[in-house]
Amino acid sequence: MSAELAAGPAGRGVAARAASAVGRSRELTLTGVMVLLCLVVAFQAPDFLSLSNMSQVTTLAAIIAIAAVGEAMVIITKNVDLSVESTIGLVAFVVADVLRQKALPVPAAWLVGVGLGLALGMANGVIITLLRVPSLVATLGTLSIFRGLDFFVAGGHEVNLADLPAGYSDAATQAFFGVPLFVILAVVVVVAVALILRLTPFGRQLYAVGSNAEAATIIGIRSRLVIFGAFAGAGLLAGVAGVLWGIEFGTIYATSASGVALQIIAAVVVGGVTIAGGSGTVVGAALGALFLGLINNALLLLQMPQELLQVIYGAVILVAVSADAIIGQRERRLAAERALR
Amino acid sequence: MTGTPGFATDSGATPGGGVQPAAERRSPLQRLPALLRWESLLLLILALLVVEGARISKFFLTGSNFSNLVSAEMEVAIVALPMTLIIITGEIDLSVESMIGLSGAILGWLWSVGVPLQVGIPVVLVVGALGGLLNGLLVARVGVPSLVVTLGTLALFRGLANVVLGPNAISNFPAGFTAFGFNNIPGTPVPWTLIVFAVLGLAFWLVAHGTWIGRQVFAVGKNKDAARYAGIRVGRLKTALFVVSGLIAAFAGVILTSRFSSARSDNGTGLTLVVVTIVLLGGVDINGGKGTVPGVIIAVFTLSVLQNALRLAGVSSEYQAVAVGLLLIGSVTAPYLARQTRLLADRARRGRPPPAGSIAPGEVVG
Repeated sequence: MSAELAAGPAGRGVAARAASAVGRSRELTLTGVMVLLCLVVAFQAPDFLSLSNMSQVTTLAAIIAIAAVGEAMVIITKNVDLSVESTIGLVAFVVADVLRQKALPVPAAWLVGVGLGLALGMANGVIITLLRVPSLVATLGTLSIFRGLDFFVAGGHEVNLADLPAGYSDAATQAFFGVPLFVILAVVVVVAVALILRLTPFGRQLYAVGSNAEAATIIGIRSRLVIFGAFAGAGLLAGVAGVLWGIEFGTIYATSASGVALQIIAAVVVGGVTIAGGSGTVVGAALGALFLGLINNALLLLQMPQELLQVIYGAVILVAVSADAIIGQRERRLAAERALR
Repeated sequence: MTGTPGFATDSGATPGGGVQPAAERRSPLQRLPALLRWESLLLLILALLVVEGARISKFFLTGSNFSNLVSAEMEVAIVALPMTLIIITGEIDLSVESMIGLSGAILGWLWSVGVPLQVGIPVVLVVGALGGLLNGLLVARVGVPSLVVTLGTLALFRGLANVVLGPNAISNFPAGFTAFGFNNIPGTPVPWTLIVFAVLGLAFWLVAHGTWIGRQVFAVGKNKDAARYAGIRVGRLKTALFVVSGLIAAFAGVILTSRFSSARSDNGTGLTLVVVTIVLLGGVDINGGKGTVPGVIIAVFTLSVLQNALRLAGVSSEYQAVAVGLLLIGSVTAPYLARQTRLLADRARRGRPPPAGSIAPGEVVG
């Protein structure tokens, strides 16, 4: 901090460089905290670092991370998607139901699931961009509407693993060179979306719309189309997460994935994507998902009450966003001081 | 304040469009019809729902159904009052449902360890105010958007409720306490909790539309910076509103515990959706600056009649939630679509685009 002050007169680029340093450091800080967490927990519970435990943790975190990448795209545009958990639940149930009825072969059922997620995301996009309903209100509504569809499809029943093709859940435990299949898939998704955001016009437009929608419109960006794209993408990725959820858990209820939205949004926010829009990375969001997954598992292994989990999610959200806000305020103040000089 | 810009341009043009001149002649009272438009539509919907409800079930128009219908909605009704003011200032409080759960959980736990309710209830009210203070300070002082602050405390408060009570349910409350949430005023079909809502509703009505506090709330919602330059302490006002919201949510938790005769850590789950729906259905603009307390009060009864009619028609609670979700989106979409069609009609009539932002239905000035 004092070094920053000393470097003050160096030029206009300092604030920008400081900002990008903070942006980069969120991923680094989070990684550091995770390493520390792992060391502390491993000291108390040696099983924590075992291959089987780590596979389990990272497999679950991979599902959340894929959904968190989609949510990050939405939050970067200064919107929010609260309906993501209902999308995951509905997709998981529909895929399981299709397979139970043997209506389609497995890969086709998965495609149906991903397509359904895309359709639900596009529905959100239409409500928000065409009907001009603020995303918070729209997705609060579709949170219960999609869940209602889930109850309608389920009709009071559940789908058990026994109803599904033999060995359906095996994919969840498959690994290549010790790395679980789901983790490889999540890494592919994260890298692909990160590249899209960094290299394509659409990616840059997401950030432009999020940091200043009016300015973006003035320079010719079709803000509504970009926001629609973000929600469609988030729906697609929630669809993927829903398919994986079904494979991981096998038995699917109409209430599956209830309450997961908080975990997903917490992952995004902890990963350094600010809710005010226009900044953050999907890599951060994925690391946030891993961080929350590790905490979840650590509580379990340290035999701490599972009830603490939600307290920690809440506290983690509040600490992360407060830190963001305080850093932002200080940067603005420093920039103002520099401008006065 | 001399009318809305829309009316001003209309009176300038005077093309003689049907009902329009009659409205112009009443120009000193322009604000009154504007105030009543959305609310009268709501009343009409309410009346239609009552007729439809009576058609569905003979039981609908009975006194006991009235008290069922009303008492089932009173927790969300009282929480909707401070939520109205918070949304008018341009913020939101998503944490109310968890505060309802937390307050009930603490009350139940205190009772189970032998603390009398006369002590327990004030304690949970203080907890509610402190929870609201946390929201308020993070929003107003630290400068975090209220959406994410209250999403965080939505998890935090529910988590604390889980920690306090675990999977247990406390249900051995004294009869006098449960009677408060459950019983009617003797000899009438009026639940005691309706009296609570009536008193609070009147208080919020007066404060919002008749005092300097209300004027500040609307001013902040219309233009935060202008309000600050006018000497309004925006941060302090918002913090105070969040404190009131937490306090009333905690009180709603007490009522819910009393009505269910049971304290569980998951009490109140999903109620934020209902509260926000009531407020927006009541004509409050989600972007802040516009809305009325009477509108929200009518919306409370509209929604409770709708839910009651659905229940009587045998619709399960999951599908009722779908109806609430549709209503939430519809209550934001309908005014927008109405505005768009009127803009199109205007354009067709005059053959040229109208001035930007000329028409704003439900425009209400505090």
